[in-house]
Amino acid sequence: MTGTMTGAAALLLDLLLVALVAFAGWAALAGRGVFRAVVFFIAYGLLVALGWVRLGAVNVALAEAAIGAGLTGVLLLATVGRLERAGAARDVPPVRGAAAWVPALAGLGVTGALVWAWFALPLPESPGPALAEALPRSGVENPVTAVLLNFRSWDTLLEAIVLLAALLGVWMLGRDGDWDAPLGLRQHVRPGGVMAGFGRVLPPLGLLVGVWLLWAGADAPGGAFQGGTVLAAVIVVALMAGVATPPGVSALPLRAALVLGPGVFLGAGGVLAALGGGFLTLPEAQAKVVIVAIEAALTLSIAVTLAGLVLGPPTAANGTAEGGAEPNANGPAAGRRA
Amino acid sequence: MTGAETFLPAAHGADVYALGGAVLVGLGVWGLLALRHLLRRVVAFNVIGSGIFLFFGAIAARGGGAPDPVPQALIITGIVVALSASALAVTLVAALAQRRGGAVLPGEGRQPPEAPTATPPAAGRAEG
Amino acid sequence: MWLDLSSFALTALGLFFFVAGTAGLLRFPDTFSRLHALTKADNLGLGCVALGVALQAAHWTDVLKLALIWALALLAAGTVAQLVARAALSEPRARKRAGERP
Repeated sequence: MTGTMTGAAALLLDLLLVALVAFAGWAALAGRGVFRAVVFFIAYGLLVALGWVRLGAVNVALAEAAIGAGLTGVLLLATVGRLERAGAARDVPPVRGAAAWVPALAGLGVTGALVWAWFALPLPESPGPALAEALPRSGVENPVTAVLLNFRSWDTLLEAIVLLAALLGVWMLGRDGDWDAPLGLRQHVRPGGVMAGFGRVLPPLGLLVGVWLLWAGADAPGGAFQGGTVLAAVIVVALMAGVATPPGVSALPLRAALVLGPGVFLGAGGVLAALGGGFLTLPEAQAKVVIVAIEAALTLSIAVTLAGLVLGPPTAANGTAEGGAEPNANGPAAGRRA
Repeated sequence: MTGAETFLPAAHGADVYALGGAVLVGLGVWGLLALRHLLRRVVAFNVIGSGIFLFFGAIAARGGGAPDPVPQALIITGIVVALSASALAVTLVAALAQRRGGAVLPGEGRQPPEAPTATPPAAGRAEG
Repeated sequence: MWLDLSSFALTALGLFFFVAGTAGLLRFPDTFSRLHALTKADNLGLGCVALGVALQAAHWTDVLKLALIWALALLAAGTVAQLVARAALSEPRARKRAGERP
């Protein structure tokens, strides 16, 4: 980069970006039609990711673009498809009449309180001096990875378990009779069509990008969650394109992949505690090796878990419960609905 | 971090994003209370979440210099947890819609006006 | 100096294509011509912006990453355009607006 932006131009850019974010957020909430709202939400997520880049938080920008906009978008679009099948995708008008004042006042009140808090809060010392001093001993150059996998690794361990718990919750919402069925809705793909071709070309490239994000995450923006999300997207695309078929809940490789990350994480904590250092207290000399090992296992589990969350509960083939879904390959189901 | 320094906002950049975050949280709270379609409520929940993250991230960038990594790590954790909560929520919405034929909470008014009646399994789905 | 100027010109050209594509998306009457505006103009615009940014790259690996980003965007845009067009073909309303031929 040559030169930096002048203050006024930067402020104008920030104001414009925030105005766009607010507009996209409003359109995602109040726009006409549920499908349109979801599309605006995806655009909103990408704009928010740009905001993170402007705030200097590139790690967060990657996570927001991949997870907040990408995977959440796929999840919501897939749900629109499910609701259409159930006849529930039609929009419902918001609360009207006297009751409409309550939400409006609540929203305004929360915004007002936050604005007040922003100006009332004391300026933080950032980053804290203790952190700057500890960073060289963390084993990695990326300070966010150091916090996630070393200083506050408890958070990350529990987060991995939260992901797994959410997936179990999603699976429990499937029908009893569908328990042995493959995960998610069946896909209809024209053999040799565009989507099938896409599903063949993308996975190797996506695999490269995902593994690279994981590896780069030690010293540059990236990490297990960003890399795992890209791999989850690869899995979802491959399944949508019919390159692979989704497994059932009881498939052993699936279960192994799900628990590998939390298992390695817990195991590393236990071994370190047994060696006398304390649970998940990384020794300085081996910190990088331990972090990369945990992250590699975690990435695989995150990828499979996130893909599972997007696919949804096990669902028997069309016709048993979901009514007259068309089985033709060229219907709108081929592309828009996951 | 490579390149992060060149992206630091101007003196008032953090202010702009904090106020934007505050507006988003307010919008989301309005949506969560006023919108009755449950999928829209899941979207509103996500807007609240990213508004809070933005506010928090602006605090992290407030002092100037490189933004504090601890809030950044917490925000990344939050984004992932928000996705898992959303996945559970939309699955609940879909399950409710399959049983009731509408994505509106039972206590909150009627089914969508033109929606098919509450027996979706028998009804063939219209195009579109 | 020349590098900066060419970067500026290429990025501006790219932005022009983006504006043109967006105008097409907003103004064109049916799904198919909108797709045409979006995919063609935006992919060219992204290519110009990527080229402009690549001139500023500090290292050749950055250029490689930019090229990969552009290739992935092209691939995704082409695929999605095909899928959207196919979905629109099966919707009678969109076919009528496009001036359906037998």
